[in-house]
Amino acid sequence: MMKRDVCLKALARHVTDADIVLPVYSTAFDWLDIRPNPLNYTAHGAMGLASSHGLGLALGRPDKRVIVLDGDGSLLMNIGTLVTAAALAPKNFFHFVCENGTYEANGGHPIPGLGAVSFAGLARSAGYRSVYEFSDLKNFEQQAGAILSETGPVFITLKVEPSGPQQRDYNRIHGPAVRQAFKDAIRAG
Amino acid sequence: MSVQAGADRGQPAAGLSGASILREIKASGISFIVSVPDITTSEGLLRPLANGAGPTLVRICKEDEGIGICAGLAHCDKRAVLLIQQTGMLDSINAIRGVAVDYSLPIVMMVGLLEKEAGVRPRQSKRYGVRIVEPILDAMGIAYHEIEDESDVPKIKPAIDEAYAKSQPVVLLIGQRPAAP
Repeated sequence: MMKRDVCLKALARHVTDADIVLPVYSTAFDWLDIRPNPLNYTAHGAMGLASSHGLGLALGRPDKRVIVLDGDGSLLMNIGTLVTAAALAPKNFFHFVCENGTYEANGGHPIPGLGAVSFAGLARSAGYRSVYEFSDLKNFEQQAGAILSETGPVFITLKVEPSGPQQRDYNRIHGPAVRQAFKDAIRAG
Repeated sequence: MSVQAGADRGQPAAGLSGASILREIKASGISFIVSVPDITTSEGLLRPLANGAGPTLVRICKEDEGIGICAGLAHCDKRAVLLIQQTGMLDSINAIRGVAVDYSLPIVMMVGLLEKEAGVRPRQSKRYGVRIVEPILDAMGIAYHEIEDESDVPKIKPAIDEAYAKSQPVVLLIGQRPAAP
């Protein structure tokens, strides 16, 4: 098991200012502190849809890497997205899942299938080009940069511990100012 | 938000042409059609699109995925139409609420009305699943247009243009099966 914020810091070292990143819920609050950038796309409107927004961005901007930082509960809410993404096969689409086994932003209740479901297995059978599963931080740190250099779609699940309480100001992820900042940033280049 | 259909709904329905709807879609600068199959529009619209008659077809597993995909495309200045059935639209209400309405994004939905009687306005349908569609859109403050016959087809391009100009959702309700091109 790894700590999510440490994994995100390791990933952030390989993310450039040109990349679009879509983090969800608890991960989003960690990510915004680690990598503040107007190309963070955090307003997804409904739980589970981050990867779908990401697919639209990947199709619309094939010149940019699109990095989704999903949750396991979120992915379960839109599990068909794995099939859609694999079928569309955007080369610039990187789908991470922070797998902590809980609906962390909604009280920390366990996901259905905890301990039984394999998200890597689901992504593999859906047809992702490459699939990775990490539970060891050193392995992830060593491979993160190379993974982001691959041709997508790539799926990466990170086995992380549930984290502690967070300050969750949802205006930081849904508010008009952050949505406008993203619009301005993507239009600028 | 209600927009009147052009035809006299007391008369037998005239035909609706898939070719003319596709022409309007192309004229509107649509680059992507995002779709879950719908029996009303299957042969007249989806089949020809699958055969390469126009914008890129993106097949999805569930309609709310399409709301997200269309939002992502809109941020890239790519126009899209989400081609679905009203059952899928009803299933996606929360996504439409959050993405299209709360965030004021131009999500264009072309919605086949499963089991609507030809020539009958949706609100007058004997089918509960059809009758409730327009009142729900009214409650959500979403603009919609009835596309029942050829006289309604010219509404499509202005409706799409307006959705993108104002960055707001719009629903085009396809009331009968368009003839295959």
